[in-house]
Amino acid sequence: MNTELLGVVATFIITLAIGIPLGKYISKVFKGEKTILDFMAPLERFIFRICGIDPTKEMNWKQHVAALLSLNLLWFVYAFVMFLFQGSLFLNPDGNPSMSPHLSFNTAASFLVNCNLQDYSGETGVTYLTQLAVLMFLHFVSAATGIAALVVVFKAMREKVTDKLGNFFEIFVKSITRILLPISLVIALLLVFHGTPASFDGKDQLITMQGDTAHISRGPAAGMIAIKHLGTNGGGWFGANSAHPLENPDYFTNMVEVIAQVIIPVALIFALGHYLSRKRLAWVIFGVMTIGVLIFLYPALHAEIKGNPAIAQMGPSSSGGNMEGKEVRFGAPASAYWCILTTVISTGSVNSMHDSFMPVSGCMQLLGMMTNCFYGGNGVGILNYYIFLIIAVFISGLMVGRTPEFLGRKIEAKEMKIATIIALLHPLLILAFTALASFGLVRDPSLPWLNNPGYHGFSEMLYQYTSCSANNGSGFEGLGDNTPFWNITAGFVMLLGRFLPIIGPIAIAGILAQKKYIPESSGTLRTDTGTFGLMTYAVIMIVAALAFFPALTLGPLAEYFSRH
Amino acid sequence: MKTYLLPSLKLTAVLIILCSVLYPLLIAGIAKTAPGQGKGVTLSLNGKVVGYENIGQKFTKDEYFWSRPSAVDYNAAGSGGSNKGPYAPDFLASVKARIDTFLVHNPGVTKEQIPVDLVTASGSGLDPDISIEGARIQVQRIARKRNKNEKDLFDLIDKTKEKPLLGFLGPEKVNVLKLNIALEGLPK
Repeated sequence: MNTELLGVVATFIITLAIGIPLGKYISKVFKGEKTILDFMAPLERFIFRICGIDPTKEMNWKQHVAALLSLNLLWFVYAFVMFLFQGSLFLNPDGNPSMSPHLSFNTAASFLVNCNLQDYSGETGVTYLTQLAVLMFLHFVSAATGIAALVVVFKAMREKVTDKLGNFFEIFVKSITRILLPISLVIALLLVFHGTPASFDGKDQLITMQGDTAHISRGPAAGMIAIKHLGTNGGGWFGANSAHPLENPDYFTNMVEVIAQVIIPVALIFALGHYLSRKRLAWVIFGVMTIGVLIFLYPALHAEIKGNPAIAQMGPSSSGGNMEGKEVRFGAPASAYWCILTTVISTGSVNSMHDSFMPVSGCMQLLGMMTNCFYGGNGVGILNYYIFLIIAVFISGLMVGRTPEFLGRKIEAKEMKIATIIALLHPLLILAFTALASFGLVRDPSLPWLNNPGYHGFSEMLYQYTSCSANNGSGFEGLGDNTPFWNITAGFVMLLGRFLPIIGPIAIAGILAQKKYIPESSGTLRTDTGTFGLMTYAVIMIVAALAFFPALTLGPLAEYFSRH
Repeated sequence: MKTYLLPSLKLTAVLIILCSVLYPLLIAGIAKTAPGQGKGVTLSLNGKVVGYENIGQKFTKDEYFWSRPSAVDYNAAGSGGSNKGPYAPDFLASVKARIDTFLVHNPGVTKEQIPVDLVTASGSGLDPDISIEGARIQVQRIARKRNKNEKDLFDLIDKTKEKPLLGFLGPEKVNVLKLNIALEGLPK
């Protein structure tokens, strides 16, 4: 067990060792400074030329939002149509069928918004064509959308009073050519040389040693698995996601994949510090987020290593930990680490089945998605955190009797209204829809939705909408979610939970950027101190506790206390 | 928004070519130099392919080391776990049944000795590995069935087991298919 804990610690240290310098690199990319990937510049110029884009034409925040939504609208229509007709299109060696309209809607929404909830199973529900040309394409562009939205906010936070915030297409394209594509390629090759398939051959068939016939799904999976992590998307090639031994063959690839999903969210914090020359602020944000993650991590690690007391009662030694839904090559500690990182960050890929985790761990997974801003998804993590920063500035300002200011700009009623609406939208979506589903189930208990009775069944529904609103995509997969009700409601929750929390911060930052810049003085409430960091943490946790405590009580907490 | 639709359309087309055509083709090309040529690494016995190194397969006969239970019956074209909560009554009943089955097939073993990975289903349903303890506990049964010396089988496990990454990161484990292939290779 000691080597397993050491593995977890090493994984976290390597993540920081890559993430911190990567942040400096990302800042250089968007400042237009020299980087090692400048050889991509001709390719970018070529892309802009044939697309008729003038990358020097700067946009204001409303134009940024319009460009972002135009792109996303097109992708949504494209994805929806492709799923509807995939069965009769080419590159379908396994002969998989087309999707129903409601499943197409759900899947298109899910991958568009970087959520990657999968109500289909990878081996049978999609074709090689839709895996590559739709799902993997959306992996890249949805991640780049998040990064680009954040960079727009970075530009707005500079000291300059302006409404010119760069060109959205330029930032977006560079996110792909300078960050996502090159790093994904490296990750994909690491996976390939450890046994992840990458060829276009279809299913294989063989006779096993015992004489059974086995069919083995394969395919060009490595590239998709790389970007699904780097882009904090999470939607995998195979049904079992990164628990599948071809998707995640050994402990090394497990480290690679869980590191890959954290490096950009961590790097973006430090990119902020470099970009604005406010390194102290970046370290404070990083500190708050890291503490937030560790506080969720500890109980989960503890519960999974301790194992399931109900099994221990029947005899077997629990020294292996809680192994239901887990793989031997990862073990309980690395699975617990992954489950927390994948939920605080909006990846939602899994290397073990969340439904079978102990109630305490399930509660921590839910909290990770309910707060949704400790590291968080590519770009959107900091955007969510930004909302809480604004609220924390306002509350602290009131507490000490100073005008609330953030980075030299006065926070006034309009910004506060937007921030509050966005902060409350997340609990509203989760709780309202969970209540609706629960109501449906009470009205008709024969509905075949739940795979588990009692409190755990309620947790399955709560988890589903939490995951959708947080754009996470992991699930308590026992939930029978490929039905019109779940596909459609979840699709809407995902779309609302994506675009409003992106537009909100861009609007706030855009409005603030046009206000007079007030240089910091001794009268300014400093936002780059430990005290203010603590204040932000308190705001985040209090909002989460007030909103979600009753729901958690009905689910994982009740399950825990029914046994203790 | 209208002004952005046309450039967006063109950009989408270009990025599909870049991210969904060139990128996977490049990886597939380089993968040809990787073990298994990017199609998955297979293992053979007497010149016949009997399985994929990374894909667990069903072993339920007494003369083989058993794999872990699988919620999908080792269907490698439809992976998945049980998705049962830790206290679900039907889940605990199936664990109980697995313990009982194991005890029937392994006389001399007490239930306290059974490692937990042998009575719980993996996340993928295709776990290729078991714990070292999970292999050792089966030695008595296999030795009896195959008329072998128990010590030879323990040595076989030690030879086949995989150490933690770099010797100090992650768990120790043994690949069931490799172990059973090695078992077949023991002198008669």
